[in-house]
Amino acid sequence: MGRLFYKGLVGFLLSLFLAGQVHATLTIEITEGIEGAMPVAVVPFGRGEGLGSETLPVNIARVVSADLARSGRFAPLSEKDLVARPHEPQDVNLQNWRISGVDTLVIGKIRSDRAGHYVIHFRLYDVFKGEKLTEHVIPSTRGGLRRTAHFISDIIYEKLTGQRGAFATHIAYITASKKRSKMRYSLNIADADGYNEQTVLDSPSPLMSPSWSPDGRRIVYVSFEHGRPTINIQEVATGDRGVITRYNGLNGAPAWAPDGKSLALTLSKDGNPEIYILELASRKLHRITRNGGIDTEPAWSPDGRKLAFTSSRGGKPQIYIVKVDRNKAIGQPQRLTFEGNYNARAAFSPDGRLLTFVHAVRGAYRIAVLELKTGNMQELTDSYLDESPSFAPNGSMIIYATNVGDRGVLAAVSVDGRVRQRFAFQQGDVREPSWSPFGKKPFSSK
Amino acid sequence: MKITSKLIILALSSLLLAGCGTTGGDADGGGAAVDDRSTSSGASGGAAYAGEELNDPNSLLSKRVVYFDFDSDSIKGDFRDIIKVHAGYLAAKPGESVVLEGHADERGTREYNVALGERRANAVRQMLILQGASASQIQTVSYGEEKPAALGHDEEAWRLNRRVEFVYQR
Repeated sequence: MGRLFYKGLVGFLLSLFLAGQVHATLTIEITEGIEGAMPVAVVPFGRGEGLGSETLPVNIARVVSADLARSGRFAPLSEKDLVARPHEPQDVNLQNWRISGVDTLVIGKIRSDRAGHYVIHFRLYDVFKGEKLTEHVIPSTRGGLRRTAHFISDIIYEKLTGQRGAFATHIAYITASKKRSKMRYSLNIADADGYNEQTVLDSPSPLMSPSWSPDGRRIVYVSFEHGRPTINIQEVATGDRGVITRYNGLNGAPAWAPDGKSLALTLSKDGNPEIYILELASRKLHRITRNGGIDTEPAWSPDGRKLAFTSSRGGKPQIYIVKVDRNKAIGQPQRLTFEGNYNARAAFSPDGRLLTFVHAVRGAYRIAVLELKTGNMQELTDSYLDESPSFAPNGSMIIYATNVGDRGVLAAVSVDGRVRQRFAFQQGDVREPSWSPFGKKPFSSK
Repeated sequence: MKITSKLIILALSSLLLAGCGTTGGDADGGGAAVDDRSTSSGASGGAAYAGEELNDPNSLLSKRVVYFDFDSDSIKGDFRDIIKVHAGYLAAKPGESVVLEGHADERGTREYNVALGERRANAVRQMLILQGASASQIQTVSYGEEKPAALGHDEEAWRLNRRVEFVYQR
């Protein structure tokens, strides 16, 4: 099987500018040799009938290449290294592709059947086996072309890895920026690759801890707009919002239960920060921790049976886990982290096997991953002020906040640590990313 | 955003001025306030408070910020005097109220830092009450690391951000 090796170093800078839309420049840094990353050729899609001389706003092949590279599992050939540029099956010579060392080939063609409406036809080939793996015909509006490219990446990814792709998902995050010498805070949503940023809330007071509901329709967050922290929920589609808790003291760290019916959260109304579960329909509150230390940052396991949380009950912040059943804690919390003197802000992987969290050693705050079964811990980043890790819904990547120069930026790392990326947003200090759940799957992969 | 010393000075000045609202000019506290709360030794601040003390740059009352060590909510020696004076003021002026804003430096996780800021504000609150202020005069809020006084990623900025601020409500 042909293999392509990329030895470290900066890959390629992708910056597709969409007129009139805010976007992030995504720098892909390949931090180690991607041995094991599958070499793939994504040929620029051909232009079919109906397009005339029209310029398309999106280069679909480029978006697909970038998506596949971001996952850490694929090494797309750069365009100049493509040995041929077929668009139709009859032009494909798999023998030639085999010699060039790729395992997989993607070709496609776009045509327009009426103004502002397109039909995209793409095919995926296994070069080594010499066979077509799948093909799809996808209609799209002009505005939906980028999303269609992400759907294509999802289909390819799932076909080749067996794992669902997360390229058509979204991220929410907070941006703090100075506007006319006053700080402004905004809650934003963007595509998972940083494009199409939209502000859904703008405030003169701090916003924190955004988190998507399991159905992707709402975002819960903490707001200081009333002079003290309150937990709020906002409908993404309409912008309707309401205060959920405004107890004395802290109202913080809201986390959706997997069934979307309750939130775990932190309140200090009973004397010091503790974990509670709030039933959303009845607003009934259930206390989970009872301890003089700080207990905060709860995170649900995907089966809804456990809560991981940060506790300083042992002196310094560490991650603990407690079983919950019908909103009650079962037994005593067990400590999970034993390396380093600061471990906080855990998040479960979607399959429940891993925890990601912030792990500090000698003053450097990094993102780490703990395998729950074995207790093995691995640091995924090597910077100094990393925080707020959040898994992609397919568990393949972790998005987090970090600093570059003097600015807060978002970054993502593949769960094996091989590939790291940085989002450079155009303005402000960006922090607290939350990765959305999967949307509805528009296509089935055959 | 480059940190310049100008910015820090500006930030500090605005903090110091933050507590100064319109001058009260009230004369209700003409005489020395008789303080029956004898547990408080701080009532020795029992000198008359006329109304301008909060704005007097020579008075410890003009100091509105208490600083803390990393990951700590212990009140260090130097700051006890400041708290004592504020306690005395509050004790003498039952009509005055203050909001204690707790903060943390940027290191560590954000929600944990909100809890840490609250601990610091509570520590100051406790000391104020022990020294004569009434609980009803004091409110606390924590901003964690969300409202830094100094923008920077070094020890000096972090030191300036680990703080509790007295914000008098006038």
